[in-house]
Amino acid sequence: MESRRTTLKKMAGAFALGASGLSLETMRAEAQSPKKGGTLTYAMSAETPHYDGHGSDTFATIQFSAPFYSTLLKFDLDKYPNVTGDLAQSYTVSPDKLSYTFKLHPNVKFHDGAPCTSADVKATYDRLRNPPQGVVSTRKATFADIASIETPDPLTVVFKLKGVNAAILQHFGSPWNFIYSAKDLEKDPNWPKTHINGTGAFTFVEHVKGSHVAGKRNESYFKKGLPYLDGFKGVFFLQAATMLNALQGGQVQAEFRSISEPEKQRLIQTMGDKIRIQESSWTLNLLVCFNVEKKPFDDARVRRALVMAIDRWGGSKGLGQISTLRSVGGVLRPGYPLATPEAELVKLPGFSKDIAKSRAEAKKILADAGLKDLKFTLHNRSIAQPYTPAGVFLVDQWRQIGVTVENKQQETAPYLAGLNSGNYDVAIDFSNLFMDDPSLALSKYLSIDRSPDNRSRSKDPELDKLYDAQMRELDPKKRQALIQAFEKRLFEQAYQQPLLWWYRMVPTHKTVMGWRMSPSHNLGQDLSDVWLNT
Amino acid sequence: MLRYTINRVLLTIPTLLGVAVLVFFMLRIVPGDIVEVKLRGDGGAVTQETIEMERHRLGLDKPLMIQFKDWMVGVVTFNYGISMWTERPVMEEIAIRLELSLEVAILATLIAILFAIPLGTTAALYRDTWIDYLMRIVTIGGISIPAFWFGMLIMLSLLAAFNWLPPITFTPIYEDPVANLTQLIWPAAAVGYRYCAVTARMIRSSLLEVLNEDYIRTARAKGVQEKLVISRHALRNALLPAITVIALEFTFLIGGLVVTEQVFNLNGIGQLFVQSVTRNDFTLIQGMVMLIAAFYVFVNLAVDLLYAVFDPRIRYT
Repeated sequence: MESRRTTLKKMAGAFALGASGLSLETMRAEAQSPKKGGTLTYAMSAETPHYDGHGSDTFATIQFSAPFYSTLLKFDLDKYPNVTGDLAQSYTVSPDKLSYTFKLHPNVKFHDGAPCTSADVKATYDRLRNPPQGVVSTRKATFADIASIETPDPLTVVFKLKGVNAAILQHFGSPWNFIYSAKDLEKDPNWPKTHINGTGAFTFVEHVKGSHVAGKRNESYFKKGLPYLDGFKGVFFLQAATMLNALQGGQVQAEFRSISEPEKQRLIQTMGDKIRIQESSWTLNLLVCFNVEKKPFDDARVRRALVMAIDRWGGSKGLGQISTLRSVGGVLRPGYPLATPEAELVKLPGFSKDIAKSRAEAKKILADAGLKDLKFTLHNRSIAQPYTPAGVFLVDQWRQIGVTVENKQQETAPYLAGLNSGNYDVAIDFSNLFMDDPSLALSKYLSIDRSPDNRSRSKDPELDKLYDAQMRELDPKKRQALIQAFEKRLFEQAYQQPLLWWYRMVPTHKTVMGWRMSPSHNLGQDLSDVWLNT
Repeated sequence: MLRYTINRVLLTIPTLLGVAVLVFFMLRIVPGDIVEVKLRGDGGAVTQETIEMERHRLGLDKPLMIQFKDWMVGVVTFNYGISMWTERPVMEEIAIRLELSLEVAILATLIAILFAIPLGTTAALYRDTWIDYLMRIVTIGGISIPAFWFGMLIMLSLLAAFNWLPPITFTPIYEDPVANLTQLIWPAAAVGYRYCAVTARMIRSSLLEVLNEDYIRTARAKGVQEKLVISRHALRNALLPAITVIALEFTFLIGGLVVTEQVFNLNGIGQLFVQSVTRNDFTLIQGMVMLIAAFYVFVNLAVDLLYAVFDPRIRYT
């Protein structure tokens, strides 16, 4: 009998392959022998405020820093969601699953020439799980299960866990967990925010603020033969239209995040067979989020009425044609093996296909709550795709039940600061997952004292209990039932609710080879396997 | 004249110090906290303790007057501190972008002057003929078409006609003049068109006014060649208001090309200004305001001095 993990991996693997939409043409191209040389120039849609992956949640940081760093493990994108060694040459797991031993590659050097040893891995993970004063680690809770880290020799590192954690290997493969030099951290725990010294495939050349980042091949990279490229240049673009022009004009050869459907159509029309578009469903969704500390959103009836007014099914058709939003789904990526099937989903508040009935009920609920002329501001992000169409869509949906909403879009930093400090009424939030693990996906909805990422600021012990139960449940069917119970409770309380899930379309010139599509834009950004077929 | 010049130069000092005082106190009453935006704006959940530590590190917990003293000492010694957001020296952040913005402004000014003087003069001399009407259409187009939209048209036309676009990263002119000009000539043309239109219309109306003056009639009656009447007597005086327009436009171009910079993906001062404001980056905003104010003050000073050169009737005593 197959273990739960094996079954899940097979299901997810088959799903990932289908979802990633790899064409036969792409596969044939990948079969060619990689060529060395050339500089890849690609578009970056945002500029990172700092270089430290440990304290960041934004794609801007990953895309900027990933080529310069290694992680302990990394996702094997051909076999997603499996992980494989990066800095770790091999690893073993004890039978009780409480001890993980990693053997590191020998002769790994940081870009400054210093050797990379188990002490550096320990210093990195100590910083992640227990950041010193003044250091921000957004992965502190993820590694709370680590009891101790031992380094019996320079090439061995042993992680002892407090309890079984089914997803810990995937977390060791998280793209955010760059391995830093212990010496650098000792010098200044915040040193990686403003300096780069990794063991990755590329060494840092320059960061011209507001313009670009450049790297060149790390000649002493520990993976022999890699990377293929002589170097890369990531150019920051402020406007999607400018980026599209640059792709069309050949100034950049790729954009590794995503474009929207109309942008895809434009590139295909103008570039024909010179452009390759790889597509996949995306582990990313937009959420409608209510600040439960603000009136009248402390009332579950009001929140429920507002989510019931949203026609997700109609919206997915319309917004799918003009934005990166596409699929209707619950808290797990639609189509993921443990996600709630559509037949069950439509029974939940906010997912009914009979929108007229749903809106009539929403109006009645608001009237019963004494809110006939409800007005509020929607806290939104000033990024066109997909925040602007999503905001406009929501304003229109709520207008149809007599609610007046102002869509206020702000720059990323003040937008996130507003979300994280609770300085808003209703917001468009997002759930950016680097993998599909349910415990990772559901953690956003835990009570705020357990999950600082819960921007609705809700506290719900019932949800917390269901979360813990699904995390310990080994039977996939029972686990799915628990996840559905979690989802039902969450949507009935309507603290926050997925609006729509994103759809990923990555354009690359046909000359760009070796880059692998995945359901998460946070993966595959280290560029170590990329080569140019020129 | 010398005394006037010295007085005008000395007057720039209290003006700039006044700007420094104003910008410091005005920024302190603007709502928003750089530390919150910086730490919480990165998606991170940070403790209040971490926020206080960062505030202390940046010196924001010091009494206001101590912060003011630090700022004023910095202004006098040309040390504008570090950007609270990027942690790099303010002067360095500005210097990266200033070269590009300054070059676009200079190129656009050259384009404007090169076209505006002949256009405005010809239109005035051939008043109410088809030449004048054509010039009016061209200049009204320049004024009414936003520079960023004209920039987009330029980019799309280049793409459609030649499947080519200018370079996207900046190369200093002393490193590679061809690459530099290939990149910057297009945004300069986009903003230069509007700039040229405004200046040409100013020259036209000003020249028409001057051409009706008694001294022009006298010059003609004395039998001075028409070419000399126009160039030496009329145009020289008609250029005075145009100089003011050119100077104001030039200063505006240093920091005011936010959207055009986006269209051409230029790493200019305008973008930096907007970013520093949205991030509440006090030190950077202060540095930028001082820079723009200094440009305005010195360009105005230059205009005042140029008036004397172009109009000998003006005497500074």
